[in-house]
Amino acid sequence: MAGIAVSTIINGDKAEFLCHADETLLDVLRDRLGLMGVKEGCGTGDCGACSIILDDRLVCSCLVLGAEAEARRIETVEGMAQGDKLHPLQQKFLEHAALQCGICTPGFLIAAKDLLAKNPDPTEEEIRFGLAGNLCRCTGYDKIVRAVQDAASVMRGA
Amino acid sequence: MRYVRPSTLEDAVGLLAEASGKAAVLAGGSDLLVRMKGGFVEPELIIDIKAIDALGHITESDEGFVIGAAVPCAVLSENAALRGAWPGVVEGANLIGSKQVQGRCTIVGNLCNASPAADSVPALVAAGAKVLIRGPAGSRTIAVETVPVGPGRTSLAPGEIIEAILLDRRQPRSGDAYQRFTPRTEMDIAVVSAAVNLTLDDQGVVQSARVALGAAAPTVLLVEEAAKILVGSRVDDRTLDRLAEACSGACRPIDDKRGTVEFRRKVAGVLAKRVALTAYQRAGQK
Repeated sequence: MAGIAVSTIINGDKAEFLCHADETLLDVLRDRLGLMGVKEGCGTGDCGACSIILDDRLVCSCLVLGAEAEARRIETVEGMAQGDKLHPLQQKFLEHAALQCGICTPGFLIAAKDLLAKNPDPTEEEIRFGLAGNLCRCTGYDKIVRAVQDAASVMRGA
Repeated sequence: MRYVRPSTLEDAVGLLAEASGKAAVLAGGSDLLVRMKGGFVEPELIIDIKAIDALGHITESDEGFVIGAAVPCAVLSENAALRGAWPGVVEGANLIGSKQVQGRCTIVGNLCNASPAADSVPALVAAGAKVLIRGPAGSRTIAVETVPVGPGRTSLAPGEIIEAILLDRRQPRSGDAYQRFTPRTEMDIAVVSAAVNLTLDDQGVVQSARVALGAAAPTVLLVEEAAKILVGSRVDDRTLDRLAEACSGACRPIDDKRGTVEFRRKVAGVLAKRVALTAYQRAGQK
C-alpha cells in the first residue's frame, strides 16, 4: 500500500514521513520517527500521555491522524531541553520529585509548557484545571502542581 | 481507507455525495478517531475539512456570529467578543473534555455526534442558534435543535455537511448560562445539564426566554413551558420554584449507574434555577 507523504516541522527541524491514512500521529511519532517521549496510554484522548503541541495548541496525538500533520509544527518533549540544559519545567519536576514511573511525565511537561506559554503566572486552580487532561496514578498531583508553580516563577525571572 | 483534504466546500460536498462506501467528515476528530479505534466505524473515505479556509474562522457582523465548522472549542473561549455576547455558549464548549480535547473538538462535531449529553448543545439550543448546511441540493438553514434526532443520529441528508453555526446579534439586556452535573469537575460527561437564555425589558422584567436541558431525554430538550414561566417575571424565588418543577417534569431521562431517573429529574430542576439566575444577573449587567 502506498503511503501518504507528509512534510512537517518537529521540534524546529524539518521532518518527512510516509504514513497510512488510518495511522495516528502518535503512532507515526513513535513507530516511524522514533520519538518515544510520546506515550500511548488510553489511545482515546482521556489520559494525556501522548500530548503534543500542534501549531501552538495542546492536543492528544492519538486523536490526530498522521496525514493531518502536513505543513504543521509539532513540539514534543524531545524538544524541551536545549542540549544538556534541561527546560525549567524538567528541572523542577526533578527537584520536586514530581514523577515516579514516568509514563505520564512527557505529557505533563508538554501540557505545563503550553499552559505557561498562555498564562505565565497561573493560580493553583488554573494549574489543576490546565492539567486535568493528564492522568498520573503514581505520585499524585501535589508535587506536579508545586513543580509547575516553581518553574513558572523561574521562567518569569522571579 | 483514503484520506482527502479538499480546499473548497463544494469539493467536500461532492466527495461526500459521490463516495461509494462509507465516508466520514473529519474536523476535530475527537469522536471520529475514538469510534474508528474502537471498531465502531470503518470509513473508506475520510474527508478532512480543515483546509477549507472559511470553515476555520469565527466572524462577527451586524447579524451576529458565524462559527465555522472546523473552529476548535478552545478558539471560542479565546474570542472576547463571542465570550462577551454569548457566555453560556462558550461555557458549554469549554466543558468538553480537557485542554487537549478542546484544542481539537468542535461544536459542530459535538452536535453531529448527537450524544444526548453533548455539553455545547443545550446552550446553543437556548441561544436559538441555527446551522448552515451545504449539500448536493444547495444550502439550507435549520434550527440547531432539529439536527440531533436520537442518540448518534442526525437529520442531515446523505452528502450534507454543516458549514457553520449561526448566532444572532445579541440584544441589549440579554444573558445566557450553562451548567451540568458531573461527579468530577473535568473530563466527565454530563449526568444532566441545563441552559437558559433570556432578554429583559428596560424595567428588568424577562421579555423572552429559552430553556434547554441536556442528558434528560434521547435528544436535547427545549422546554417551552419553562420559558413561559420565566417571561414576565423578575426571576424571583416563586418563579424559580415553578421553573424547577417544569424542568423536572419535562425530563425523560434514562436510569443508569451514573444517575437514577429520580435524581436526574431533581437535578435538572436545581440546575435550571441556577442557570436562570446567572443568565438574569448577566442580562442585568448589559
